[in-house]
Amino acid sequence: MKRIYSISVENRSGVLAKIASLFRRRAFNIDSLVVGETGEPGVSSMTIVSSGDEHTLTQIEKQLNKKLDIIKVRTFAENESVNCELMLVKVHYSQNTRHEIMDVCTIMDAKIVDMSKSQMIIQMCDSPDRTSLLIHMLQPVGIIEVARTGMLALPRCFN
Amino acid sequence: MLGCEAMVKCLENEGVKHIFGYPGAVICPFFDSLLDSDIETVLVRTEQNAAHAASGYARINGGVGVCVATSGPGALNLLTGIATAFADSIPLVCITGQVESEQIGSDVFQEADVTGAAESFVKYSYYVTDAREIPRIMKEAFYIAGSGRRGPVLIDIPVDVQNTEIGDIEYPEKVQLRTYKPTISGHAVQIKKVAGVFSKAKRPLIYAGGGVHLAGAVSHLRDFAEKNGIPVVSTMMGLSVMPSDSPLFFGMVGNNGVPWANKAVAESDLIMMIGARAADRAVSQPEIMADGKTLIHIDADTAEIGKNAVPTIPLVGDAKKILKQMAGEDIKVPDTSEWLRTLEGYRESMGRKREKNKDYVDAAEFLELLTSCMKEKSIITVDVGQNQIWACNHAKVKEGTRFLTSGGMGTMGYSLPAAIGARKASSGRQIVSICGDGAFHMCMCELSTMMQTKAPVKVVVLNNTRLGMVREYQHYHYHDRLSAVELSGGPDIGKLAEAYGIRYLKLENMDGARGAVDEFLAGNDAAIMECILDPEALV
Repeated sequence: MKRIYSISVENRSGVLAKIASLFRRRAFNIDSLVVGETGEPGVSSMTIVSSGDEHTLTQIEKQLNKKLDIIKVRTFAENESVNCELMLVKVHYSQNTRHEIMDVCTIMDAKIVDMSKSQMIIQMCDSPDRTSLLIHMLQPVGIIEVARTGMLALPRCFN
Repeated sequence: MLGCEAMVKCLENEGVKHIFGYPGAVICPFFDSLLDSDIETVLVRTEQNAAHAASGYARINGGVGVCVATSGPGALNLLTGIATAFADSIPLVCITGQVESEQIGSDVFQEADVTGAAESFVKYSYYVTDAREIPRIMKEAFYIAGSGRRGPVLIDIPVDVQNTEIGDIEYPEKVQLRTYKPTISGHAVQIKKVAGVFSKAKRPLIYAGGGVHLAGAVSHLRDFAEKNGIPVVSTMMGLSVMPSDSPLFFGMVGNNGVPWANKAVAESDLIMMIGARAADRAVSQPEIMADGKTLIHIDADTAEIGKNAVPTIPLVGDAKKILKQMAGEDIKVPDTSEWLRTLEGYRESMGRKREKNKDYVDAAEFLELLTSCMKEKSIITVDVGQNQIWACNHAKVKEGTRFLTSGGMGTMGYSLPAAIGARKASSGRQIVSICGDGAFHMCMCELSTMMQTKAPVKVVVLNNTRLGMVREYQHYHYHDRLSAVELSGGPDIGKLAEAYGIRYLKLENMDGARGAVDEFLAGNDAAIMECILDPEALV
C-alpha cells in the first residue's frame, strides 16, 4: 500500500537530514521524496511517498507529527490527490525509429526538448503511472538514461 | 553581555541551581561565566555520567536536568547518557561546546557532528549560529524538554558564538512554537467513555508506567486506585508508584517481573495503561493487552498509542491532568473485593519457592532486608543486570521512596551517577545505590565525584565476579558456553574504598546481615557495602 505525505516544514538547516533520519531509524520506506519552496517565506514543502502496511503508514504520520520542524502533515492515497512528476528520458534514434518515437510522444503528451543526430531528450510531466508507461513504450527504441523528480502531490479540489 | 553570559543568565531564569558537566577548550567561555553565578557545577569524571547525574537530578526534582560537555570526545561521551534519557523520557537540556563556526566541516581538533550523531535520540536539537538567538533557544529547549512526552534537548554552540557580544538580553516569557503544542487535557468525550467502562468493569487493573512519575501524578493515581479499590501493576519505570506493601499493589509486569502481575494483566477485563508503552520487555505479546478486554491507554505521546497495543479508548494528554479530570467524573467501579482476593491468592500461590543460598549472600533476601531497613521517602538507584531484576522484584519500596533505574536503554553504570545527581536534588533523603560488579566497574570513577560533593550515598556492590546477567543468558541460551563474562581482575574493593576514604563493609553470607545493614545505613556518610554472591546465582 502506498501513501503520500505532504509536509510543510520550517526552512531551517538540517531539516531534510532530520526527516530522512527518522525514516532510516524506524526502517520506513521512502519511495520518493521531493523538496521545494512554498508560497510562504520560511516554509518548505516535502512530498514523500512511502509504502508499507496500514500500521506502518499510520506510524509514519504520527512520528512525523512529533518532529519539531514539521508544521503540518497531510496524508492521502494516490487517488485522493493530483499527482505528477517530471521526467527526462534520453533515447537513441535512427531514421527508422524517429517517427515511431514522435508518435509515442504525441500520444503520451510528451515533448522533445533536445536532440542531436542520434539522440534526443524527451520531457514529460504527468502522473507516475503515465511516466512509467512512457518508459515502457520507449524501451524498444533504446533508452540511454532516465531522470525522474519523484512525485509531487496536492489533494484534489472539492466544492 | 557575551553569548556565554547570556547562556548562564538564561539558566538562572529557568531556576537552574545545579549543572553536571566536564569542561574543555570550546566550552570554557560558558564555564568561565558560571563563576559569576550561584549555579553550582558538579564536575563528573566522564561525560556520560554528567547526563546520568542530570537524569537522577531531574527525576527527583521534577524539573529539567542540565549537563554540559565540550566538543568532539566530550560530546560523544555524552551520547550514551542522552540516549538513556531519551529511552526513559527524562527531561534534560544538554549543552555542548563546538569548534569555531568558521572551522565547521574542516575536521579540526575535537570536531564532531554531535547534533547529527544524536538526531535519532534527542527530542530536539539546536546548532546555534547567532548568539542573539540564545535566549529564545534556551527558553524553547527547557519548554520542549519538560513538556509533553519529556526528553533530552541538545544545544550545540560554537565557541565563537559564546564569545559574541550581544548587549543586554531579555529572556522571553513565552515560547512561540507553531510546530509544537503538546496536548495536556484529555478529550472530554473520551473521559466520559472511561468513566462508562469503569462502571461496568468486573476485574479492572491499572498498569502504571514511568509517565506517571514524569507527570507528577503519583498521588493522583493512588487516590484513584484507593478510592475505587483498583489493583495496580507497574512497569520497571513505573516502580515506586505505590509502596510495596500497599494491598492494591501487585508488582512489576513483564518477562522479568512477577508471575502474579502478568496473571493480573491476562485475567483483567479492563486495563487502564497510563504513562506506559507496552514495551517488549513489559508485554511480550502486546495483542493480549487488548484481546477480549477493554484497554484504556493514557499517554502524553500520540505515537505511543496503538504502536504496540491497540486500545479501545485512546486518551492523549498529561497523566496528572487526565486523572484530575477523571476525579471530576462520577465513576462508580463495582465492588472489586473478589477480584482483589483472587489476585492475593495468585501472589501467595505463584511466589517462587526459592532455595536460599547459605554459602554466599542471597541477593534477593539481602535486598529485601536492606530496603526494609531504609527510611521512608528515600531514594534507591539501581543499575542494570541481575542486580536490577533482583531489586525490581525484591526491594521493599516504602512510602514516598523513589526507585530509579535505566529501563528503556538498560545502560550499565547508571546507578552511581544518578544517585549523585539525585542527592543534589534532595537534601536529607537517604540514598542507596545498588549495582553489580560489572556496572560498578563502569561507574566507579564517580566515587571521586561522590566524595568531592560530599554525597552520602550508600553504595551496594553485588559482587559475583561475573557479568551475571549475560552469564545467565549464556547459561540458558548457549548451554553454559560462557564467553567473556568473567571479571576476575579485581580490584580489592575494600582497598579501593580505603583509597577514596570511603567507609567499607563486606558481607560474605547472610549471617549477621541485619547488623551489617544497620551499620551500613547508619550515619550521614558515604559507604560501600560489598556483598559476595554465588557466581552461579540466577535471578
